[in-house]
Formats: sequence, C-alpha cells, structure tokens
Amino acid sequence: MDVWSSLLDGFATALTPMNMLYALVGVLLGTAVGVLPGLGPAMTVALLLPVTFALEPASAFIMFAGIYYGGMYGGSTTSILLNTPGESSSVVTAIEGHKMAKAGRAAQALATAAIGSFIAGTIGTLLLVVCAPVVVKFAVSLGNPSYLAIMVLSLLAVTAVLGNSRLRGFCALGLGLAVGLVGSDPVTGQQRLTFGMPLLVDGIDIVVVAVAIFAVGEALWVAAHLRRTAAHVIPVGQPWMGKEDWKRSWKPWLRGTAYGFPFGALPAGGAEIPTFLSYVTEKRLSKHPEEFGHGAIEGVAGPEAANNASAAGTLVPMLSLGLPTNATAAVMLAAFTQYGIQPGPLLFDREPKLVWALIASLFIGNVLLLVINLPLAPAWAKLLQIPRPYLYAGIVFFATLGAYSVNLQAFDLAILLVLGLLGFLMRRFGLPVLPLVLGVILGPRLEQQLRTSLQLSQGSISGLFSEPLAIVVYVIVALVLAWPLARRLRHGTSRSTIDTQQDAGPDVDAGDRGKVSSS
Amino acid sequence: MNVVVGYVPTPEGESALHHALEEARGRKARLLVVNTSRGDALVDERFADEGQMNLLRDRLTASGVDHEVIHGIHGRDASEEILSVARDRRADLIVVGLRRRSPVGKLILGSTGQRVLLEADCPVLAVKS
Repeated sequence: MDVWSSLLDGFATALTPMNMLYALVGVLLGTAVGVLPGLGPAMTVALLLPVTFALEPASAFIMFAGIYYGGMYGGSTTSILLNTPGESSSVVTAIEGHKMAKAGRAAQALATAAIGSFIAGTIGTLLLVVCAPVVVKFAVSLGNPSYLAIMVLSLLAVTAVLGNSRLRGFCALGLGLAVGLVGSDPVTGQQRLTFGMPLLVDGIDIVVVAVAIFAVGEALWVAAHLRRTAAHVIPVGQPWMGKEDWKRSWKPWLRGTAYGFPFGALPAGGAEIPTFLSYVTEKRLSKHPEEFGHGAIEGVAGPEAANNASAAGTLVPMLSLGLPTNATAAVMLAAFTQYGIQPGPLLFDREPKLVWALIASLFIGNVLLLVINLPLAPAWAKLLQIPRPYLYAGIVFFATLGAYSVNLQAFDLAILLVLGLLGFLMRRFGLPVLPLVLGVILGPRLEQQLRTSLQLSQGSISGLFSEPLAIVVYVIVALVLAWPLARRLRHGTSRSTIDTQQDAGPDVDAGDRGKVSSS
Repeated sequence: MNVVVGYVPTPEGESALHHALEEARGRKARLLVVNTSRGDALVDERFADEGQMNLLRDRLTASGVDHEVIHGIHGRDASEEILSVARDRRADLIVVGLRRRSPVGKLILGSTGQRVLLEADCPVLAVKS
C-alpha cells in the first residue's frame, strides 16, 4: 500500500492553493491551445519552459500536466463544432462529431466527449499509478545494454510505425540526432559539429530547439499558408446528454480506454492508432451501424475516451523509463533536465514528491477540465474568432523572449531562427517533427548508454548484447524494420489502407486541414 | 445612382439593410449589398454563409429593388471593402449599421462603422438596430 500513501502525499502537495492555481492556469491554457488548430500542448509547454524556471519544479509540472490533459479536451470542441481537428488525436472525433452537430446534436456530442474524456482520463491515471511503479521495479534491474536497446526500439518505433513515410521519419530522426550531437563529447571533451564557434561548445539548448521547431516553424508555416476562410461555428447551448445517450456512450468509453492506455504506454505510443481502432470497433459493434457516417454518438465517445487514456498511458514510459513517446511528453522530459532532474527509472526514488504531485495533479486537472468544459464549451469556441495574425505574432514574441531568456545570449536567437526555418522546411516537405525533437532529447542519453556499455565491455561490440533482454529487444527492432519488406514480398505491392493523420501534435494545420475536412 | 450597404447577419446589419432598401427605393437607385470578411480568423460569424446569403437574395428579389450582391473574401476588412466599392461605383450613399463597442474592443479590433464614416467620400447613413 506504499503506492497509495505516496499518492496521498502527492495530493497534499498538489492541493495547496498555489499549486491549485497553477493547475487551473494549466487546464485553461491547455484547453485554449487545444481548441485552436495548429497550436498544441507541446508548443505551449515549450513556450512556457523558460517562464517556469522561476517556479518550483512541482508547480511547473502541475501546470504542464494541466496543459497536457487540457489540450486533449479542447481538441474535441473544435472537431465537433467546426470539423477542424485541433489536434491529430481528435481527427477521428471530427468524423462523427461534426455530423452530430450538423444534425442538431452538438450538445450531446460535446457532453459525451467531455464526460468520456473525464472517465478515460481518470481510469488511465489510476492505471498509471498502478503500472508505473511496476515498470520502475522492472526497469531498475536493467543494465546499460538493455536500456540502450529499449531506447533504440522506442526511437525506431516512433519513427517507423507512426508517420506516413518511413523515409521522412528517418530523415527527421537523423536531423534530430545530429542537432543532439552538437557540443563537446561527454567522454573525451572533443568538440563536435561546433564549426569553430565557441558558443556551440555547450551544445544547443533543448528549449531553443523545441521553441524553434514547434513555435517558430509553425508560425512561419501558417504565415506562408494563411488560407482566407471564414466558417461558422455550429451554435450550441449547454452540453447535456439524455438517458439514451448515456446508455449508448458508457461501453464505448470503457472500450476506448482499453484501447488508448496500452497504446499510449507502448514505446510507439501516440493517440492516432487507438482512436482509429476505437472508431472501427464501435462501428462494428454498434446496434445502430446505419447511423455511422451520419452522426453516431458511439463514434465520438470511443475515440475521445481513447485519446485521453492514451495521454495517461504515455506518462508510464515517460515517468518510469524516461522515454517520451509523444511531443508533449518529450518537451516535459526536456523540462526535467532543465531542472537538473535526471529522468529514468530512478526518478520515483529520487524525486518522489515531484512525481506523485504530478500524478495527483492529473486527477485534479481532470476534474477541473470536466467542470470548465461541460458548461463552457460554446464559450471556448469563441476563441476561434481571434485573427490568426495576432495569435502568431504573440507566439513568435514569446518564442523569441523564451529563447533569449534561457542563456541571455543573442546567439541563441540566431539558432532559433535557423532551426525555425528548419521547422518550416520540414513542414513544407512533410517531415514529421516528433522524431526530430525525440532525437535531440534522447540522442545524448542514448549516446551515454552506448558509451557506458562499450566501456564496460572494454570496447568489444559484444557488450551490447550481454543481457538477454537486450537481445530480445533487438530481435523486435529487426522485426519492426523487416516487417514492411516481408509484407511487400508476400502481397506484392498492396498497401496498407489505414490512413490516419500521424504527424506530431502541432502538424494538423493548414496543409492537412483540407484533407481532413473533405473526408 | 448607387446605394452601398454593408450587410452583416446581425440585428445592426438587418437594420442597415432595411433602411438601405428604403433609401434605394426612394431614390430609384441600384442597391449594392456588401458582405465580406478579412478571413484571417478561423471563424467569422459576420461573414454570411450560403443559407444566410440565399435568404438575403430572396429578400432583395422580393423587395423589387434593383440590386447586386458583393460577397467574398478578398483579404481586406469590411470597411476597406465597402469604401472601395463605393469609390469604384461612385455611390451616392453608404448605409452602415452601428453598435456599441467597448473602448478596449474598439482599440483592438477597430470599428468598421467609424472608418466608413470618417473616410467615405459620399454621405453616410448610420443606423442602429
């Protein structure tokens, strides 16, 4: 019962008035950026990183957790009322949700999304409480070679399994690893990729990278592709559900949770696959299959539950192994390092107060989100009337301020612009940004594991395969890599038909919008 | 003779349209109905959608006044659009609807009505809902 008493301690930390305030700020911000397409929780957390250096780590993470969960809620509002998914994870919600809204059932769609998100988020967070310590117990017994193997698998899975094109994924990953290499070699002190510039010897600050890629890149992209449109939000009153809606919603909520959590917890997490699977399942199991395509409530309830459960699931590898599997978790992990906290299996031992406060705040954030979303969904939709030039001007302003404040160096602004341009070009050529950010964040840690393993075996390559788990993981890696080849050999040239929107959070924007709304 | 009216699907807009119709009928003028949006926000409730445009067209046809509808997004805000239509077509009168704005709202978003009043070359009729 150690876990539960730790959790109660966490509640004690999270329920102080100051921390409650940060949680509230977090969920409000999170919902706002979730509602606005193109802005995501990852960008928001990245922009807030420099601001939060002045805060206690616990307060900062409580706010980030609010933003993270809030983004998941907010996305559904835009999907349902405007047919423009705010996040990649709510693309599926838009399919049935917008049809429901058009048929005059927007209130029910919003209600089932909010309540489903709440239930899935709460169950998911409970599962996180149960699973994370178990994973930690397992993970502390891992040696460097196994840990290295798991990190390789995780990077590979995010790159190869998510995303439409493996080639583009690996390009992005390569760019990220290269950016992560800049600086001095951790073992020998040799300078790498510094181009003779002394300011690069310390490496490129991850805050600058995250802000540049997520915020500046996105702003440039929107500036280049600003489509002049003016849609109408479907008018809606107070979200509510009738008895029949409850009866049709509760099973999809639970099934969605069952899909979402494990997918989130896997190293190749992400919310796109479970939401899609949940949609397909509900369509098959529904007693009203004829309603699908015309606004079936199951098609909103299931995927919405799935995306919130996967958000909770993602925190399992993030907190217990130090492995982020989506963009927001990656930026949160960067925040840990900024505070000088070493992420990894020892996090629960070394920073129990912080971790449990973070987990407790997830429960609190979920309740807050239900309270502010259920009655206020129509008010949130008003945010969509903000002219985008104002919005992105503000984002670029904060990005610049943030990047400068990290080291108070004008040089960082130059890096911000260069990487921002890189972020723009990546969006232009369809490279996913998640592998890049993961490469920058995990690259140095991957290298450290590799160097330690090789030092232990005195440079012999066999040291990388000295643990049975490492070998098992490498076999999985080989299978993941060989799978498409094997499938192609078997089926000729037939291709997978699963066409989900699989880019990193902030990518569902101008370019993809047309595609989504036409489906 | 041309009368230009800035139309928005709100009470002020309806009122402006109502007065513009009367003016156009009285002057035996052609009525130019302008509805536009800058289109830089995702949602603009003041830009009439298809349903609202059809209602508007029906109403104009029923009124028997010679009319023309200018509807679309050209990246300019409504006041610029109204003023440019008025200038190009040598309008004799512009009709706009006014509503109360908070000082802050006016500071941030500006006021279409105010710009038309100040910058138009012809008389402007401003009506309230």
